[in-house]
Amino acid sequence: MRITTRAVSVALLAPLALAACSSSDPGDGGEGGTTDAGACEPSDGAVELEFTSWIPGIEGVVDVWNEENPDIQVSVQTGPNGNGGTYQNFFNQLEAGNAPDLGQIEYDALPNFRVQDGLENIGVCEDVAAAQDQFVDWTWAQASLGEEGALYGVPQDTGPMAMFYRSDLFEENGIEVPTTWDEFATAAEQVRETGGYITNFSQADINQFAGFVWQANGSWFANDGEAWTVDLDSPESMEVAAYWDDLIERDLVSTYPGWTTEWDNAYNSGEVWSWNSAVWGANSIATGAPDTAGSWSVAPSPQWGEGEQSAGNWGGSTIAVLKGSEHLYEASQFALWLNTSEEALTMLNEEANLYPATTAGLELPVLSEGVEFYGDQAIYDVFAEASTQVSADFVWGPTMTQVYNDVSDGFAGAISGSGTLPEALTAAESSTVAALEAQAIPVAE
Amino acid sequence: MSTTTAAVPPSARARARTTGRKDNGRNGPREGFLPRTAAMLVMAVFTVYFLTPIWWLLVASTKSRGDLTTTNALWFSDIQLGENIAAVASYGGGVLPRWLLNSVLYAGVGALVATVLAGMCGYALAKYVFPGRELVFNVVLGGVLVPATALALPLFLLFSQVNATNTFWSVFLPSIVSPFGVYLARIFAASAVPEELLEAARLDGSGEVRTFFTVSVRLMFPALVTVFLFQFVAIWNNFFLPLIMLRDESLFPVTLGLYTWNTQVNQVPELRLYVLTGALLSIVPLIIVFLLLQRFWRTGLGTGALK
Repeated sequence: MRITTRAVSVALLAPLALAACSSSDPGDGGEGGTTDAGACEPSDGAVELEFTSWIPGIEGVVDVWNEENPDIQVSVQTGPNGNGGTYQNFFNQLEAGNAPDLGQIEYDALPNFRVQDGLENIGVCEDVAAAQDQFVDWTWAQASLGEEGALYGVPQDTGPMAMFYRSDLFEENGIEVPTTWDEFATAAEQVRETGGYITNFSQADINQFAGFVWQANGSWFANDGEAWTVDLDSPESMEVAAYWDDLIERDLVSTYPGWTTEWDNAYNSGEVWSWNSAVWGANSIATGAPDTAGSWSVAPSPQWGEGEQSAGNWGGSTIAVLKGSEHLYEASQFALWLNTSEEALTMLNEEANLYPATTAGLELPVLSEGVEFYGDQAIYDVFAEASTQVSADFVWGPTMTQVYNDVSDGFAGAISGSGTLPEALTAAESSTVAALEAQAIPVAE
Repeated sequence: MSTTTAAVPPSARARARTTGRKDNGRNGPREGFLPRTAAMLVMAVFTVYFLTPIWWLLVASTKSRGDLTTTNALWFSDIQLGENIAAVASYGGGVLPRWLLNSVLYAGVGALVATVLAGMCGYALAKYVFPGRELVFNVVLGGVLVPATALALPLFLLFSQVNATNTFWSVFLPSIVSPFGVYLARIFAASAVPEELLEAARLDGSGEVRTFFTVSVRLMFPALVTVFLFQFVAIWNNFFLPLIMLRDESLFPVTLGLYTWNTQVNQVPELRLYVLTGALLSIVPLIIVFLLLQRFWRTGLGTGALK
């Protein structure tokens, strides 16, 4: 029964969706769900929603919701992570007209879906709009894509950055834990004298580099509602690149590819002393460098200016309602519950180490305990503070996969001795503009 | 081979023979020491090249998470393969055994059906004369040239039309098509199944279908085993089609399942070890099928190549 009714409704909707696509202007923020003000109304009777996510253990969380909400039943579909294939699947499904109602989409992929008209605006739902003050400011900015009164996904998790460091090594060698990037460079020289490296610069983790630029109050893109500005070579971005280029040039940081066994081993053997990373990195170190348990601590990221308080962000995602869902109200209710209720946030943190995007979530009991691997330091307090210091002005572009590839290629070249990091950004700037123009996305000169 | 030697002028052959005799002294036509050693060396290098990753996988799957990064990658430390297998088999509610079973179903049943279909089709093309026979055969041959990956997205859109994505059939149905199998079966049937035998069967009153299954299939067996093996491996390793079609974890084949885990390593680092152990488990059925059918396969390959 269900299959036949769905088939009919999909067939009926398809021409409408096509018509909407053909008349839409990709740069115009006003169209889409907002024109249909009555779109966010509860449906009659029981509703079944499809939700695609790659978060491990999310089924258990959804079971809790299904138990409490017999009229809104959510079925979980899974797959590889976004860039591993699920985003492409979403686009295929949007094309075929059978996209799931809800989908996991990372912040840096939202603009791509928005430009391709793949998202419903859940900002029209009253409950969603009213929930804005529950979320950390910058996450709302990331998910509304800078459009007034719009929201294209309920923020789920975040990756505020801080510095993991080997407190034992710093202490034994009498090196002060740096609080500014200048001090960091000085400390890097001192660490190098002992034979180690202060940190590792991974050519492939462009997201980490973006986090550094974010912390420096730079941005890589801007969108005024009509055209995109590409800012990969903005002054902040170039300054950060020049800083790291200098450290690499002087052999003060190691350059192992991230997430490999060499990389794990560099931390496990004590060769590399610190890592500027996101909150979820706590787990990566604990599993990659098991022999160093108890020797690590967490401090706020070094700052660009004395006395500043600014943090970057690396990772995080939203739960978006994909275009064509007939149950905007129910879908947004579920997405809100999943990302604001203490019960769901606690489960997501325990199952998959997700770090909440709500202000109340930052104070979850599970996040206030000391962590054994970090010498019982309450490390999440540092990240909670960092989360509130992340700038709301960083904007992702609509072709991030291409940007990551191009920057990563340039960085790999710079590390192996051809070119520099700033040159890599300049090259990626022009290739990104070309990529946008090739997709007929308007670019401001 | 015989044609090539025949093409060489007799005088040149004679010269080669005399010089060869000089080099080898009294040992007659045996290969020289140097070429033999060189050949063995090349084969040894390639064997090491192909087996090292499997060795590494075997060693890695026996280690604990800590030992994985800290100890020699190509030799054992504390062996705990049993614990690893138990842990990976129960992770995520025991989903890995389910994936292995799915793979066996997709690949085993899929390859069996594909072999029967390809065998029948190839046999029909070889033994029955009908208008358009060559056209059909050429279209099938054209199918060999189209990579399966290129068809995945169109298939997804087609299955979407009938609301059949994310089902067992969305992966199974495309798997039972094997243009290469049809090609091989036709070539083989043409030479291995004598017309006279079919005539005799017809005179004895056997129907065409019965003749096919009782007489011809036996004669074509080596080719059919080859088709089965090719198709089994192709379906087992097929990754792209399930990736595009399936969303329900309980329908995944093991390749897609392990890939999915591998993309979650950043969130759940213990998955790295599970992926390794799972990969080891996932090649076991392939090895078994090869060992069991290897004998037939060699005959089949040789026959197909020569005829």
